[in-house]
Amino acid sequence: MTVTLFIPCFVDLLYPQVGIAMVKILEKLGHKVECPDSPACCGQPAFNTGYWDESRDVAVKLLEQLKDAEVVVIASGSCGAMMKVFYPDLFAGTPHHALARQVSGRCFEFSQFLVDQLGVTDLGAQFPHRVTFHDGCHSLREMRIHAAPRRLMQRVQGLELIEMKQTVCCGFGGTFSAKFPMISTAMGEVKCGLALDTSAEYVVSCDSSCLMHIQGLIDRQKKPLKTIHLAEILAQS
Amino acid sequence: MSTAAVAFKKDAVRLSADLRHRALIQGALSKYELKRDEKQALFQDWQGARQLAAETKWEAVNHLDTYLDQFVRGLEARGTKVHWASTAQQARDIMVGICREKSARSIVKSKAMTAEEIHLNEALEHAGFDVVESDLGEFIVQLREEAPYHIVFPAMHLTRGEIKDVFERKLHDAPSDSPEELTMVARRVLRQKYVQADVGITGANFAVAETGMVSVTENEGNARLTAALPKTMITLLGIEKIVPRLEDLALFLPMLATVGAGQLISGYNTMYGGPRQPGEADGPEEFHVVLLDNNRTAILADAEQRDSLHCIRCGACLNVCPIYRNVGGHTYGTTYPGPIGSVITPNLRGLQEWKHLSYSSSLCGACTEACPVKIDLAHHLLQNRRNASRQKPSFLQRMAFKLFAPLATKPWLWSLLVTKGGRFGQIFHGLVKGTRLDPAYVWTKTRDLPPIARQSFKEWWKERK
Repeated sequence: MTVTLFIPCFVDLLYPQVGIAMVKILEKLGHKVECPDSPACCGQPAFNTGYWDESRDVAVKLLEQLKDAEVVVIASGSCGAMMKVFYPDLFAGTPHHALARQVSGRCFEFSQFLVDQLGVTDLGAQFPHRVTFHDGCHSLREMRIHAAPRRLMQRVQGLELIEMKQTVCCGFGGTFSAKFPMISTAMGEVKCGLALDTSAEYVVSCDSSCLMHIQGLIDRQKKPLKTIHLAEILAQS
Repeated sequence: MSTAAVAFKKDAVRLSADLRHRALIQGALSKYELKRDEKQALFQDWQGARQLAAETKWEAVNHLDTYLDQFVRGLEARGTKVHWASTAQQARDIMVGICREKSARSIVKSKAMTAEEIHLNEALEHAGFDVVESDLGEFIVQLREEAPYHIVFPAMHLTRGEIKDVFERKLHDAPSDSPEELTMVARRVLRQKYVQADVGITGANFAVAETGMVSVTENEGNARLTAALPKTMITLLGIEKIVPRLEDLALFLPMLATVGAGQLISGYNTMYGGPRQPGEADGPEEFHVVLLDNNRTAILADAEQRDSLHCIRCGACLNVCPIYRNVGGHTYGTTYPGPIGSVITPNLRGLQEWKHLSYSSSLCGACTEACPVKIDLAHHLLQNRRNASRQKPSFLQRMAFKLFAPLATKPWLWSLLVTKGGRFGQIFHGLVKGTRLDPAYVWTKTRDLPPIARQSFKEWWKERK
């Protein structure tokens, strides 16, 4: 099938390897991949800050781009939640409501798409490391993704998954991390502490934005941890 | 920024960096989580129980007029005097009035967040009454002259040493810092107060419409003594405490105990339907019930957030909230802290004054998941943000988002200004990184930023095609 892959701004600029890994995996599975050139963002920052009109200015362009897409795969659970869960709210009472609902039904986060839609769990990947998994809150509680990434990791040769004691937010929260940097940092420290307690080498996630926050703290505080997106692991063979 | 927002930020900065506070609160709440999970697992179907609880409260809140009427008729039939208070001021006046009419001197109170909400103690003390809190945690924070830290565990932020100190200072009696010995000191003081008190004031956990009774849950027996010993009893409750039927408590009492404190059932669950009836051996001679609105009807009128009136004040959302766990209860500066407070305070006390609470969330949704009555907490925070910026947009933020739209929707502009412009800017970023001159200071003060990739995804994609 033709998969329309939506690459959010931070993956485009900071973590292109995550998007590239996804393209390679989807192509390896025999699908045609398309990436809309624009827009660069799903409109979540404005939406979360309360500026829904301004958010729609961006989001409506994305909706129009995705109008005819067979399926939409989103390279982030958070942007995925925006498109799948929040677009119908954002466009309620506007002429785009019906379209928002249609597109929402065709949106999937990458790991969710592989496991739940394609039924793929084994990509023949190898990653001989101890890892722990960070559930991005939007992935977990808005997109309801929990099993999919774990099933994918189970089939990665050499990968040992050690779960953290608690499922807790990394403290990023988009504009929250800038509006309340100290609370955000404290939350990130708690998260890093939980990850360090597992003695894992890597924190794996389906959300590069969470990983950016976690890695930002790791680098600043020189913690013995690394972060990596699940797609990057799955592309390694 | 409102004065409340300035105070919140200041305290949040201080406490989120306070590692002792962090360890204390995270430790206590991690223990709570274990207990809660144990008890939750004893429900045959916890998610089904939540659904039923949500539907029951939905029914109650959406037919509040009918159920309140039924509740009041039941109470009045047994000789209870029911008072309706639209505002906090009215509620205080009613209660001060009753105490004056009874020529009371001494008042004993059991734990009631609604009383905190209307600042009842201050009003009573101001009117010349001696008021003592009988819940141990509340008694301790009253001695320390501070507000409860948590709606269920008012003194959870204190160590036993700190409690010993305040007992020494205020009661001149603190044999050691052992919880048992300190409790015995409090008990001696409180027993005397119960006997002396002319009026006993309680809150309520539920108001049963069917039978016209208030249901009070507690663990120390202090609410029973507060209700049983003084000649006059006053119960203050918000109008949203209604449940339709007596049998609803079969769900709500164990549910409240489970998520509130990780208990199977709370130590004491008592129903009060009126003053002492003919032939009864004990109970107050007079029973007053004060029903408080204090802007709850404004929430009732808002179909989008009406479910926030389902709240049974269990504290489950506070306990799992990573913001609460880092900034603590006092930082909020409100009666109801944590997620529920961040949702309802802007709607009860002024959106512009309190909107910062709705913004101080990563929207992680742990609260929504924990709420036993399924209040859509995280999404209500988003709605408050939307309402606040619609009512009074910030010029700068709005401009930023307005300018962002063309940037994000025109590929050449994105490439030029964000991708290439970002790379160019980065060359100089090193000079100011982490300093006040750094445009990304709010981030870089405590965290590193990854560099913009040499080849962005879009550039790679274009080249490949």
